[in-house]
Amino acid sequence: MAVHTSQSVAKAAGDDVARGRSRGTGNPPPPSRLRRAMSVHWYAWVMVAPVVIVIGVIIGYPLVRGVYLSLTNANERNVARSIGVNELPATYEFVGVDNYVDALTGTQFLGTLGWTLVWTVSCVGITFCLGMGLANILNRRIAGRSAYRMALILPWAIPGFVSVFAWRFLYNEDRGLLNKVLGGAGIDGIPWLNDPTWAKFSVIAVNVWLGVPFMMVALLGGLQSIPSEQYEAAEMDGATAWQRFRHITLPGLRPVSTTVILLSTIWTFNMFPVIFLLTRGGPGEATQILVTQAYKFSFEISPRDFAQSSTWGVLILVLLMLFAMVYRRVLRTQGDNW
Amino acid sequence: MTTATATTPRHGTRKPRLRGDRSPAASVALHLTLIIASVIAVFPVLWVLLTSLKPAKFATTTDFFKETTFENYTNLIRDTEFLSWFGNSVIVAGLSTVIGVFVSATTGYAVSRFRFPGKRGLMWTLLITQMFPVAVLIVPIYNIMSSIGLLNQPAGLVITYLTISVPFCAWMMKGFFDTIPQEIDESGQVDGLTPFGTFWRLILPLAKPGLAVTAFYSFITAWGEVAYASAFMVGDENLTLAGGLQKFVNQYGAQWGPMTAASVLIAIPAALVFLFAQKHLVTGMSAGAVKG
Repeated sequence: MAVHTSQSVAKAAGDDVARGRSRGTGNPPPPSRLRRAMSVHWYAWVMVAPVVIVIGVIIGYPLVRGVYLSLTNANERNVARSIGVNELPATYEFVGVDNYVDALTGTQFLGTLGWTLVWTVSCVGITFCLGMGLANILNRRIAGRSAYRMALILPWAIPGFVSVFAWRFLYNEDRGLLNKVLGGAGIDGIPWLNDPTWAKFSVIAVNVWLGVPFMMVALLGGLQSIPSEQYEAAEMDGATAWQRFRHITLPGLRPVSTTVILLSTIWTFNMFPVIFLLTRGGPGEATQILVTQAYKFSFEISPRDFAQSSTWGVLILVLLMLFAMVYRRVLRTQGDNW
Repeated sequence: MTTATATTPRHGTRKPRLRGDRSPAASVALHLTLIIASVIAVFPVLWVLLTSLKPAKFATTTDFFKETTFENYTNLIRDTEFLSWFGNSVIVAGLSTVIGVFVSATTGYAVSRFRFPGKRGLMWTLLITQMFPVAVLIVPIYNIMSSIGLLNQPAGLVITYLTISVPFCAWMMKGFFDTIPQEIDESGQVDGLTPFGTFWRLILPLAKPGLAVTAFYSFITAWGEVAYASAFMVGDENLTLAGGLQKFVNQYGAQWGPMTAASVLIAIPAALVFLFAQKHLVTGMSAGAVKG
């Protein structure tokens, strides 16, 4: 969309020379393709260089190492480390794809993956529906709209880990407010975080609470960009509210909603703090998602199992990339341009 | 429930209403929905605020107007390492933000304006790197930091947070640069500016609000980061706020008094700035996101 056409490979050499970008190259005889690409694009490449370098050094290199670790039996006892002034060399060995075979044939990974998918789909689904509903209400002329909007955005404004602790406070089984209220109504307290089923419900509820404001605000922005003439025309034609929602609002929101669904799916799949701070994956492993389990392997059990953790990490990455590719393909067949 | 109320009004009305008019019943339903949603959104935060003002021994009681005190706050600041955690968080989040914005500004501009070989790949890298940092990177980065002695050092955490902030800033800034009309670039070229000159002299000043929002956003992201902070920083005085708050609530019990006071001190400044900046924030976010 916002592509400067004078930089397109086809044009830059020909009719657009006068625009100034390729000034300084004069009118050289057509050199090799690389030379020509350099002379046309070097500005762009210099500009992106810092990010490319940073990504290569602090993301690319660790990523490669992570993949390598997943092919070894590295753990706390055999990695290179320094104790005081002594440097101990690494003694772990290359074991090939054993870790992957173990993960994919055992029950733990697949079980955790199952719950992670349930968690992701329900969180994103509920959040999207609530966000859509609230955005539609807030998009009407209604008294006190900005006050409501402010209140509804609040969960987004609080740092996530603070909110999670606030919810832990409310969920506390003996002394938490939720159970006190239930007690006041004569209902037995609910073991919010100590019963596997309730714990799953609780973590989803908190994540939805955290996620609705972003969804709502993004969709509200999308709604406001739909021209009101379309609604007026539909009303003239006698379309019902549902028909207008179905045939104007939803298509009008498509660019926004496809993006927020992609983003929030990725975020939720990797939503570390909610699970980690609320339940630590417990009770048992009931609420453990892939990310928190991978974290647990390397930082909470002894000896720390770096290889296993890396394996899960790589599998998470592969799953998300597959998802993004499929998603992108679907978008593309529907006419969006990347 | 909200979707239902959002779409049901105006059904079966004979007389055509003007747009925005609705029956009183529909109005009540809309307001009721908004009030319930607002209470759910605000209440947990409000409850923590109220609890923090109660004497610690009453922390878990439901009455709060009996006795109001700031003892939780004074105890928190006097008896715990809260101020060092706060300082650590400011340093770590601040540095990673500044470096992140600085490094990625030109990239945001280049991917917004130019078409060049490698652009698609770069865009995808930026997107994909936002999918996985914690999961795949935490172990190798931990090992690397451990071998070069940067574990438990703010510098180590700053470098680690760059893995989050650089792709994120570049991505967001592209969105902001997209909102600046191309004609400005063209006028710069007509006046004989190089692309760098155009960027530096014309576009960057216009993009200042966008840069501020991007910076603020990545600051907040680092401020609230939990996984790296919990794994890399140990020892009371080295923690950041995310690690520090965990000290008050662990498997052995909970000190709700200091926990709630600390929560308020962390949340209120962040929330105020956030609410102040949110209009721009959303524009930037959706501009960056929608245009891809």
